[in-house]
Amino acid sequence: MDARSSLLHARRFKAAEWAFWCLAFAAPALLPSHALMLNEMAIVALFAVSLDLILGYSGIVSLGHAAFLGLGAYSAALFAKFILPDPLLGLCVGVGASLVLGYLCSFSIMRGSDLTRLMVTLGTALILLELANKFGDITGGSDGLQGVVMAPLFGRFEFDLMGQVAAWYSIGVLFVLFVLMRRLVHSPLGASLMAVRDNALRARAIGIHVNGRLSLIYTLAAGVAGAAGALLAQTTGFASLDVFAMDRSADVMLMLVMGGVGWLYGGVVGAVLFKLMYDVIANITPQYWTFWIGLFLVVLMRVGRERLVRPWTWFGASRKEQA
Amino acid sequence: MLTILFDGVAYGMLLFILAVGLSVTMGLMNFINLAHGAFAMLGGYLTVVLSQRYGVPFLLCLPVSFLVTALVGAVCERTLYRPMYGKAHLDQVLFTIGLAFMAVAVTDYWMGSQQQIMQLPDWLRGRTELFEDTPWRLGMGHYRLFIIAVCGLLTLALQYVLSATRFGSQLRASVDDARVAAGLGIRVNLVFAVTFAVGSGLAGLGGALGAEVLGLDPTFPFKFMVYFLIVVAVGGTSSITGPLLAALLLGVADVAGKYFVPKLGAFIVYSLMIAILIWRPHGLFTRQGGK
Repeated sequence: MDARSSLLHARRFKAAEWAFWCLAFAAPALLPSHALMLNEMAIVALFAVSLDLILGYSGIVSLGHAAFLGLGAYSAALFAKFILPDPLLGLCVGVGASLVLGYLCSFSIMRGSDLTRLMVTLGTALILLELANKFGDITGGSDGLQGVVMAPLFGRFEFDLMGQVAAWYSIGVLFVLFVLMRRLVHSPLGASLMAVRDNALRARAIGIHVNGRLSLIYTLAAGVAGAAGALLAQTTGFASLDVFAMDRSADVMLMLVMGGVGWLYGGVVGAVLFKLMYDVIANITPQYWTFWIGLFLVVLMRVGRERLVRPWTWFGASRKEQA
Repeated sequence: MLTILFDGVAYGMLLFILAVGLSVTMGLMNFINLAHGAFAMLGGYLTVVLSQRYGVPFLLCLPVSFLVTALVGAVCERTLYRPMYGKAHLDQVLFTIGLAFMAVAVTDYWMGSQQQIMQLPDWLRGRTELFEDTPWRLGMGHYRLFIIAVCGLLTLALQYVLSATRFGSQLRASVDDARVAAGLGIRVNLVFAVTFAVGSGLAGLGGALGAEVLGLDPTFPFKFMVYFLIVVAVGGTSSITGPLLAALLLGVADVAGKYFVPKLGAFIVYSLMIAILIWRPHGLFTRQGGK
């Protein structure tokens, strides 16, 4: 196989992927009682995939990705409440707001070490949290923004209490954006991003405009996170300050790492696993579930995170590491 | 006016003692330890339990919490942290967040989630007012005065150890370039283990001192992690003067910000940090030439 056809082969949709998405779309009908949870899974999956764009494909460690989720959520909720309750327009508004913020913030992550980036991204999320708290008369402050009522989707499908329409809506948006992102990372642009991630100095030497690429991907990832936030606000009819909290950013990082970094399905798989795990553990010990999450993280990092998604390396492969 | 400055300085000194260990570990091994606050919390709880339940005098509690936390730090360094040094920053961040999660849950389990109340001895409770009728009124809480004194002495001691002893020069050499230092026969691993233990111990001491000022509950590691990281990121990791000045700046800015514009809360601190980091990505006080 020559280089061209092997590259094209890598980006073709595989049968397993078709099966996965068919299953995803069938899930709300098969499990109507879990539609709310499916909806939540689709939203966090979208959020995790957007983090993967910057963490997995461009190597930017961010502890403040929730900033964009929160901005998307608040702008979509405010738009629905005060201007127009149409879901799709609201989604566009959420994405647009996050894109703008992402572009502005992208200049803050160009320089410095991982620690600097960690702090700058974290600081951005915390600043937004403070602002949302400060302008309590618009955002509802610590009580959250309540009374967001959405118009029917496409003017036809009411959002029902069971959450089936919401789940389909979220999964649909996830699918569309996923396909677009999949296209992006398999394009030459995506390849240049990975070159920047692996060695920025050499990437610059072969003529890649490193800062431009970082700015672009950071902006796009912010937009996708904004879409996730908009979905969250629209399907729950509520936006609260905790969308900006650091736990959100840490949780989403954990999901992504569980599923596998640098692999778009990693975000989806990780989100599903994380939600299931959370559900099980929180049922057993509601108060102390963070202990088990922490233990899981520690053990996972200790044995190497890249091995979780590759069960065939669990036994016997540790020899290579010891060597 | 001066009262705010005074409180800010006390707060900053406390932050410095809490964060200096983190700064050195980061500079020495390039290791991002987000669980540093857990050591501070351990020191705080030790002091509260010892002094409230067993009636140990407060002054004795401080060295005890230093020693115990240092010991725990040394054990953790050998067993948990050492294998993580060579890994990517992302792994380190998640590993230490996991440790912090566990520390929070365990503390919650043993001590309950309520805020711990610290009873200070009588001689630390008073307050002295100076220049009372001028605009430059200065009210000094005795406990804050005590904090400034203890932290000031510790800072001088640290500076002495770093600049004038054999161990200090070994440490500085290892921070500048660990590989060359190892090549010259310095046992970098040992230097690091000792530094890590002392840094954890100082965090424990800071937690013990700060239990009354900062408040102590199981979420302590996360609540103050951001502040420690600001100190380290803004101060740079190549010396201890950088973090000291950064901590003082942060303390004064935070206290003043909360006093003058209470609604904006921590907004000022975060904006200041981002502005500084965009301007000087490696911290305000970095030396050229180091690694």
